[in-house]
Amino acid sequence: MEFDFALIFESVPKMATGIGLTLQLLVLASIIGTTLAVCTALMRISKIPLLSWPAIVYIYIFRGTPMLVQIFLIYYGLAQFQAVRDSFMWIALRDPFWCAIIAFSLNVGAYTAEILRGGIQGVDAGLLRAATALGLSKSQRFIHITTPIAIRLALPAFGNETVSLMKSTALASTITMFDITGVARTIMAQTFAPYEIFLSAAIVYLFIAWFIQFGVALAERRYSRHMQR
Amino acid sequence: MIEKQSIPIIQLQKVDKFFGEFQALKNVNLEVRQGQKVVVCGPSGSGKSTMLHCINRLEKHDRGRVVVAGIELNDSLKNIDAVRSEIGMVFQQFNLFPHLKVVENLMLAPKLVRKATKTEARKIAMTYLDRVHIPEQAEKYPIQLSGGQQQRVAIARALCMNPQVMLFDEPTSALDPEMIAEVLDVMVELAKEGMTMICVTHEMGFARSVADLMVFMDEGEVVESAVPDDFFAHPESERTKLFLSQILSH
Repeated sequence: MEFDFALIFESVPKMATGIGLTLQLLVLASIIGTTLAVCTALMRISKIPLLSWPAIVYIYIFRGTPMLVQIFLIYYGLAQFQAVRDSFMWIALRDPFWCAIIAFSLNVGAYTAEILRGGIQGVDAGLLRAATALGLSKSQRFIHITTPIAIRLALPAFGNETVSLMKSTALASTITMFDITGVARTIMAQTFAPYEIFLSAAIVYLFIAWFIQFGVALAERRYSRHMQR
Repeated sequence: MIEKQSIPIIQLQKVDKFFGEFQALKNVNLEVRQGQKVVVCGPSGSGKSTMLHCINRLEKHDRGRVVVAGIELNDSLKNIDAVRSEIGMVFQQFNLFPHLKVVENLMLAPKLVRKATKTEARKIAMTYLDRVHIPEQAEKYPIQLSGGQQQRVAIARALCMNPQVMLFDEPTSALDPEMIAEVLDVMVELAKEGMTMICVTHEMGFARSVADLMVFMDEGEVVESAVPDDFFAHPESERTKLFLSQILSH
């Protein structure tokens, strides 16, 4: 077969029209998902079963099922119920964009909750004893000792999770969205050149991934100033 | 002065502590008067640390009474806070907050617990860093300091809360030999200034020079307590004799 370099140079800028949507999905789902993750992680480590169990079940379900299946369930599945179509939720659930946001956020929430839990539980118990002995209250210990140290411990895994979410946003193209992959599929249907087109899409994704990794590396440096001798 | 010395600032009466089935403290009685220096020794796992932890409620005792500065330790959070504010504690592993600079380590509790302003807290912090002879390390992070310096920072951090009593939990056990002296020197200075101290340590030279009372613990019990001269010269219990022969033989 002929490899068409010109088509790649032509396609990458077109692909860029999908970047906006991909980034919107990424940023919104990250913010909502991380907020959800903080709440879930706090519930998960709680000693009160009424708080920890819902968190455990939620994490189990969303980590244990494919995201594509979740997206289809939310976008196609829920629409089958008249009650859903009549409720106020329909405003969001009839819109593929919000369905994607809901699915991605719930996923980020589940995965990041476990990352945060690891960070929180990785904080040396001796530091908390010292803070207790100094008279700091439970909430003061959590805010001033546990949180900053846990963030540092969780950052590398959090960076992975964000890159992984960025790639998962491609699934939005399966529910009619024109993100990078969605645009690529449209161009492919016009040109019948899958190799060049999806290679172009891959280049655009790599570019975004590089930015995320760069950002996380900066944050890691900032949070580990105290590790440099 | 004599009258002040007679006030018991710490009282443990018939204290029992369990970890599950395991009894870590058995009927422990201890009375420490203001200004007294008590050195606690004993084999590892004998309950020395647990006893210290029961004095400032890092662990909750199961039976008996713990009274500090006239305040009984019970489930009252107010009492627990009041007791903790009278007691400074130094740990074997230093436990400095790694994400905070040295001076910030010292400022944290005065700011959060005593509600000092940033300027006040910094002033307090620098005063005590001076006292442990490392004011020049204020802007460094703990990891950049030697072990001996870190432990002195930890002592200063506890002193910033102006405690009436200092608890030392094997403060030199995690240190390289050449750094032990600098930490013990600070502790001796503190003792000379009249601080009430309970030190869990195996530094017997330090014990001889500052202790008013030696306490030997084994298997959760206080086996023997005596003034240092008697304790070292004529230990009564066989367990004490054995222990002393082991740690003093080299």
